[in-house]
Amino acid sequence: MTQKTLYDKIWESHVVAQREGEPALLYVDLQLAHEVTSPQAFDGLRARGLKIRRPDRHIMTIDHSIPTTDRSKPIADPIAAKQIDQMKLNCAEFGVPLMTPGTGHNGVVHVFSPELGLIQPGMTLVCGDSHTATHGAFGVLAFGIGTSQVEMVMATQCLLQHRSKNLRVNVTGTLKPGVTAKDIILALIAQIGVGGGTGCVIEYTGEAIRSLSMEGRMTISNMSIEAGARAGLIAPDQVTFDYLKGRQFAPKGSEWDAAVAKWKTFVTDEGAVFDKDVTIDGSSLEPMITYGTNPAMGIPVTGSVPDPASLPAGVERDGLVKALTYMGMEAGKPIIGHPVDVVFVGSCTNGRIEDLRAAASILKGRKVSPKTRTLIVPGSEVVKKEAEAEGLDKIFTEAGAEWREPGCSMCLAMNGDMLQPGQVCVGTSNRNFEGRMGPGGRTLLASPITAAASAIAGAVADPRRFA
Amino acid sequence: MKPFTTFESAIAVLPVDNIDTDQIIPARFLKTTTKAGLGLNVFADWRCEKDGTAKADFPLNQPAAQGAEVLIAGDNFGCGSSREHAPWALTDGGFRAVVSTSFADIFYGNSLKNGLLPIKVSAEVHQKLLASGSGAKVKVDLENQTLTLPDGTTTTFPVDAFPKRCMLLGVDELGYLLQFEQEIAAYETTHTATYDTRTVFAK
Repeated sequence: MTQKTLYDKIWESHVVAQREGEPALLYVDLQLAHEVTSPQAFDGLRARGLKIRRPDRHIMTIDHSIPTTDRSKPIADPIAAKQIDQMKLNCAEFGVPLMTPGTGHNGVVHVFSPELGLIQPGMTLVCGDSHTATHGAFGVLAFGIGTSQVEMVMATQCLLQHRSKNLRVNVTGTLKPGVTAKDIILALIAQIGVGGGTGCVIEYTGEAIRSLSMEGRMTISNMSIEAGARAGLIAPDQVTFDYLKGRQFAPKGSEWDAAVAKWKTFVTDEGAVFDKDVTIDGSSLEPMITYGTNPAMGIPVTGSVPDPASLPAGVERDGLVKALTYMGMEAGKPIIGHPVDVVFVGSCTNGRIEDLRAAASILKGRKVSPKTRTLIVPGSEVVKKEAEAEGLDKIFTEAGAEWREPGCSMCLAMNGDMLQPGQVCVGTSNRNFEGRMGPGGRTLLASPITAAASAIAGAVADPRRFA
Repeated sequence: MKPFTTFESAIAVLPVDNIDTDQIIPARFLKTTTKAGLGLNVFADWRCEKDGTAKADFPLNQPAAQGAEVLIAGDNFGCGSSREHAPWALTDGGFRAVVSTSFADIFYGNSLKNGLLPIKVSAEVHQKLLASGSGAKVKVDLENQTLTLPDGTTTTFPVDAFPKRCMLLGVDELGYLLQFEQEIAAYETTHTATYDTRTVFAK
């Protein structure tokens, strides 16, 4: 018997068929969907007279276009309203469950689904959304697909796929206080680049990963795509099982023990060979922040903005010059103290209860800078309710922050929450691309505690200052 | 999807690395529920000023780039979001091929499914194309997997046999997948579901 990686095991147990010289048919256990990347797939089914083959293996939500303001008011943007109405019609017509606002489980697609216990080790999962990699935190092969593929999975519950390479990222040691899951993943992407994981599925291993909660593990796996990887994986362990136990869709009674026994087999065998290996010393990491226009342009918050003059002439140097010009950043200058107009805590990367607790730990008894608008956007209705039960909403509003309804919000600025041209935002989301938070907007990615510290200071700040 | 045929075209040169799908088609244009018309907003924030007038210094706004069906872009093209709106916007905007030294995975797959050919070339060939500038002519031949450069030399490019066949015939993958009904049904008899999502509101 050859030793297998976790990825190999999930892959092999889901291949339905493969003809010589052609891609494999990979079975999909669960498809998630939202209103932005599914309408054209539903249209495709209609055009061919097809049904959703397995509606019991689908669940959908409304998250990208929906305002995070008072839900009792009609949606002001008519195009967004139409997209949301269309989603409701599509789900009703095809018989798939839709987590509409007010059902108690509405939320960002990658936040509400783990809460229900839908995400279980050894599964395959897809969604027309690149941050589907989030669910790899449960030892699930989860990846983003295009709308044509959303339609294929609706119609056949299968996808045509080529096997990816195995990349192991081993994060050793114990994290220092003030260093979080977000800092690990930003440091990794800064090290290997936005294309560093292309063609690979990353398995995250090591003491620093094992020490994280499921929320922290989801933050890491979520951003695998920002390194270009197809998916991220973290082998399940007791932390995973404890998270799942008692959730609505988790197995119950004797089925629970049988499930755990099976889940425990979804680990990489001792001695299995990876195509590539990367090691990060977790104990040496600092809180991270980005300064540029892709997620690999990250530095320790105590660091300085890189100088293009240090690079040889060429496309890479031109890219750095372009990024610094867009961001209004000065080469060589420390990033601490860079003025911040907006702080955004939320998204599928950092919109979970633990993230809100972390932000609240910094904001408690303090005030955000009067120069800085601060939005706290829970990832789901469950997160919102839980935060309110713990009194976190009071901490935020007393600090001068806005406590919003759940949604993707400013992460991609589709729903009206957006920056004005030139504004600088420290965001806990996943992408700092040009215009991602609105045309001309400038995004700095960081952890919830770095974002909260920056809200108080009105400028980029080291969270350890407020510990 | 129409069959992909051999064609000659001018190139449009956009020498920027890591062009992400938010640049190709910004998120605010994703509220559409159809595929049509996305080409109007391809590279919207790079192409236009806030008031909608064209930015004169944007490479694709140069006269030489007009009518080009082949885009020459920097490394790691199409990174970021999985939005298929990116290849829809590029094809609706008139492009039939994109040439780069590398592509992001999801974008690469999405392009092949929409009649947009992603052509991966060596750094050396890429340099030649950048140096030729917008307006220079190339020939794209998918059947033989060749790209003829403006200087008349020819280079080959990789493409998997399966999507190549689909593109040349103009057929899509769903039609292929539907032929496997028996195999899928057989797999499902041993690989049973542990839950039914439709019970979510049952309790």
